[in-house]
Amino acid sequence: MSSTDLRTVPAQVGAPIVELASPLVGGAAARTHAGTAGLSLTEADRSETFTMVRAGDLGSVHSWELVTAVDGPGTRLTTFLAGCPLRCLYCHNPDTMEMRRGDPVLAEEVLGRLSRYRAIFKATGGGLTVSGGEPLMQPAFVRRLLRGAKELGIHTAIDTSGFLGASASDEMLDDVDLVLLDVKSGLPETYRRVTGRDLQPTLDFGARLAERGIEIWIRFVLVPGLTDEVANVAAVADYVATLSTVTRVEVLPFHQMGRDKWASLGMTYELGDTPAPTPELVERVRGQFRERGLQVY
Amino acid sequence: MAVTTEAQAGITPEAWRGFVPGPWSEQIDVRDFIQRNYTPYTGDATFLAGPTPRTTGIWARLLEMFPAERAKGVYDVDPHTPSTITSHAPGYIDQASELIVGLQTDAPLKRAIMPNGGYRMVENALTTYGYEPDADVRKIFTEYRKTHNDGVFDVYPPDVRAARSSHIVTGLPDAYGRGRIIGDYRRVPLYGVDALVAAKKAEKSELNLERSTEDIIRDREELSEQIRALGELKAMAASYGYDISGPATTGREAVQWLYFAYLAAVKEQNGAAMSLGRTSTFLDVYLERDIAAGVLTEEQAQELVDDLVIKLRIVRFLRTPEYDALFSGDPTWVTESIGGMGVDGRTLVTRTSFRYLQTLYNLGPAPEPNLTVLWSHELPEGFKRFCSQVSIDTSAIQYESDQLIREQCGDDGAIACCVSAMTVGKQMQFFGARVNLAKALLYAINGGRDEMSGKQVAPARPAIAGEVLDFDEVWAAYDQLLDWLAETYVDALNCIHWSHDKYAYERIEMALHDRAILRTLACGIAGLSVAADSLSAIKYATVRPVRDETGLVVDYVVEGDFPTYGNDDDRVDDIAVQLVHNFMAKIRRQPTYRNAKHTQSVLTITSNVVYGKHTGNTPDGRRKGEPFAPGANPMNGRDAHGMLASALSVAKLPYDDAQDGISLTSTVVPSGLGRTRDEQVTNLAGLLDAYNVSSGFHMNINVLNRETLEDAMEHPENYPQLTIRVSGYAVNFVRLTREQQLDVLSRTFHGGL
Repeated sequence: MSSTDLRTVPAQVGAPIVELASPLVGGAAARTHAGTAGLSLTEADRSETFTMVRAGDLGSVHSWELVTAVDGPGTRLTTFLAGCPLRCLYCHNPDTMEMRRGDPVLAEEVLGRLSRYRAIFKATGGGLTVSGGEPLMQPAFVRRLLRGAKELGIHTAIDTSGFLGASASDEMLDDVDLVLLDVKSGLPETYRRVTGRDLQPTLDFGARLAERGIEIWIRFVLVPGLTDEVANVAAVADYVATLSTVTRVEVLPFHQMGRDKWASLGMTYELGDTPAPTPELVERVRGQFRERGLQVY
Repeated sequence: MAVTTEAQAGITPEAWRGFVPGPWSEQIDVRDFIQRNYTPYTGDATFLAGPTPRTTGIWARLLEMFPAERAKGVYDVDPHTPSTITSHAPGYIDQASELIVGLQTDAPLKRAIMPNGGYRMVENALTTYGYEPDADVRKIFTEYRKTHNDGVFDVYPPDVRAARSSHIVTGLPDAYGRGRIIGDYRRVPLYGVDALVAAKKAEKSELNLERSTEDIIRDREELSEQIRALGELKAMAASYGYDISGPATTGREAVQWLYFAYLAAVKEQNGAAMSLGRTSTFLDVYLERDIAAGVLTEEQAQELVDDLVIKLRIVRFLRTPEYDALFSGDPTWVTESIGGMGVDGRTLVTRTSFRYLQTLYNLGPAPEPNLTVLWSHELPEGFKRFCSQVSIDTSAIQYESDQLIREQCGDDGAIACCVSAMTVGKQMQFFGARVNLAKALLYAINGGRDEMSGKQVAPARPAIAGEVLDFDEVWAAYDQLLDWLAETYVDALNCIHWSHDKYAYERIEMALHDRAILRTLACGIAGLSVAADSLSAIKYATVRPVRDETGLVVDYVVEGDFPTYGNDDDRVDDIAVQLVHNFMAKIRRQPTYRNAKHTQSVLTITSNVVYGKHTGNTPDGRRKGEPFAPGANPMNGRDAHGMLASALSVAKLPYDDAQDGISLTSTVVPSGLGRTRDEQVTNLAGLLDAYNVSSGFHMNINVLNRETLEDAMEHPENYPQLTIRVSGYAVNFVRLTREQQLDVLSRTFHGGL
């Protein structure tokens, strides 16, 4: 998943996967599960579906959650979208990797729920966070959600790896108050080993955000034996230090809570024997960021 | 009436020097006194003082005694002397250094017997803890003096007995004191006992003008008992060397007079909840007057509060193992309501509100007194942050909605027990425990037969037939069954309170009330989330009943998904709302003893474990014997959208239909509140604001790691003061039964909020 958020979203063990003509909207329309409970699922026909997806009216949603203290300031409605171009070895929510595992949900359903929580966002200084999966895999839908949130006067954040940063239009970014940018590694070859993809698009996206003055929180998942090399961390930290709008860096220690999901999805998990980082290691890595004058947690 | 001779003469008594006079100086009106004389405090906690060696020394003596008490169940018992206000000689922890004195018996942690509630319970408790029952006491309470428990069973109709023994109506106060009555203990320091006696005599002389009908005769008798109890209160204080006939003249006297009044109540009554009321802002007026006069320092003011709280922490009652299974951890519910906003828009937070919370640092966390913050998003920021910080550090505070309570009780309301709001001195309740709504649903499906015993308990009706349960058919049968349940339940409560008034009347507590008071009949429901989810399963999925050879439905096969309560999903939350509303409407149709006003609560305390044990398989997939969720909480693990979404489902339950309170318990791990301590404090305060503006009524907050609790189960000796909040009160975790500890652990631990 692109999100380095280490909470596990509710597992959907045994959910039936139905092949669909539409590449963007998956799952049987009649299927409901806790993840999207409370959002009405749509039963549009195929051609209508295509039109709605293209217009951003319909998206593939994995789940939603009201969270505090993890996905941005205050209490937030975090909407996890389904689908991600990365295949991170340590992904804690592998059930969000494929878009077809999500449920088709109308933008107006999400916005309705958002509007319902306005008083809560006001009381806690919170807002909307679009996470995933990779939100930028569904740019039209995300643009619709962000615009709707801004129309309601609600603070917005997206949680992204930046790999698809080019899909975020300037117009979309005008509606983003905060980006939780997951920089999964600083060395291109390590990045490829971790995610299966190139590092450069993320670097470009971060630079663009800083240029536009958009606040950034950096997230870095520390996995012993995978991302913990001094040089790799130094490369991330050096890069982050060049971004003037970064207000905090979160070093997230790897844990094994996602392991069972890989098995239940029939996927091969490579990190079964990887331990959680020691407190000393976490401190060393945080220190590497701190040395560059960054606010680190 | 004039409350003092000086006031009659138009002279301000010396005790009231510097106080702004008003209606309160002409008649008993504590609220008016507070409003005219208190100083709101909007600053932060930096002024507070830590514990003095004196305070720490007294607390250390008690800490040494707690392990023995925990091991044996009681520290000591006096089996010979039925407790009255004056029955025991003065007792001390450390006479030379105590600032506030008075114990229930002649020694700390020594429990008294109170047989008026029921003699068998006393004997059972004594035998359990290895004490020989006193032969004279037995003779008196079995041959000569009838008890509350005897009285109730003389008048219960057979329907009630059947409902009671099959556990569809449960936890009734027919074998223990009903409690949940708050005397206005502030009246004693403000006016002194003599003025209160004079006022009661005046009330009685008014009644002497009325014809002697049954109601009037009862009122006269009660007033006579109240006057007698006030005399005993004075005598008890005198035995400690204090003359409390007149008003308190200093802060120290105000704390002492107030405590004597409360002490008299806990010497006389072993009530299920013996709550204190709303005393901090009242006492603040006295403490601040002394501080302003330069005769009291902050440290000394804190010492007085610490000493009072030490006394409140060691209130003890002798109870039976059956009682402990329902309400474990030896709770006394010395609930003190703190904070809130006045109707004039000023906050009722004072420095002493902070001082009360500070005791959790000075003495360490503890379950009693049950510190309850009346929360409003309008509270001053400094107080909000301090509450939030104390919650994170101690898990020992519960929160209730100040707005909702103020709308119902005005700004001098207090919580009795866990979530029951009442106007202090002007309102009391007839506590009614609760009925099991989940079991009632199973009765409806089975035509009134009990799903575990097969016995016909409710009136026989055709059982639901067919291979798949039809929602409309089940709903109609449930509705009929609930009619019967409401009738049977209120019958039981009327019997209980008639008998309690007659055989175990709360003389001193009622002496500290007005004569004309609002009485509520506090009904309650348990198993709401199980019932709502079961109905949701029947409505949205396919539920096939499994019948045994006698046709009794003993299990359910569920096919398909269904929405569950606790996800802010209206499809099922509306069912829960409807259940609360419907059952309240059915209760309201029943005639009540003394024309009490009908209310209900959604609260289980720790009894959710016992209710679950007595309830068969349910259509939501819950297995027979599995615990219910506590209070109004969603079922464990079914809330998938975070703690606040879960809370928002609960916030939908209408307070108008549950005016006796709606309880929610939430647990978070500290790191789930934020990266830094400052962020954690901000986020928890924000969360409480968010629940508050969403009409949420009550929230217990535990900030704990799962590992801490697991370690405490293995090494209780290392966690003597570990406090957790359970459904409206706090308990020492190590004093719960293992079964209850496991239940607490199995509840959702919200990693993030």
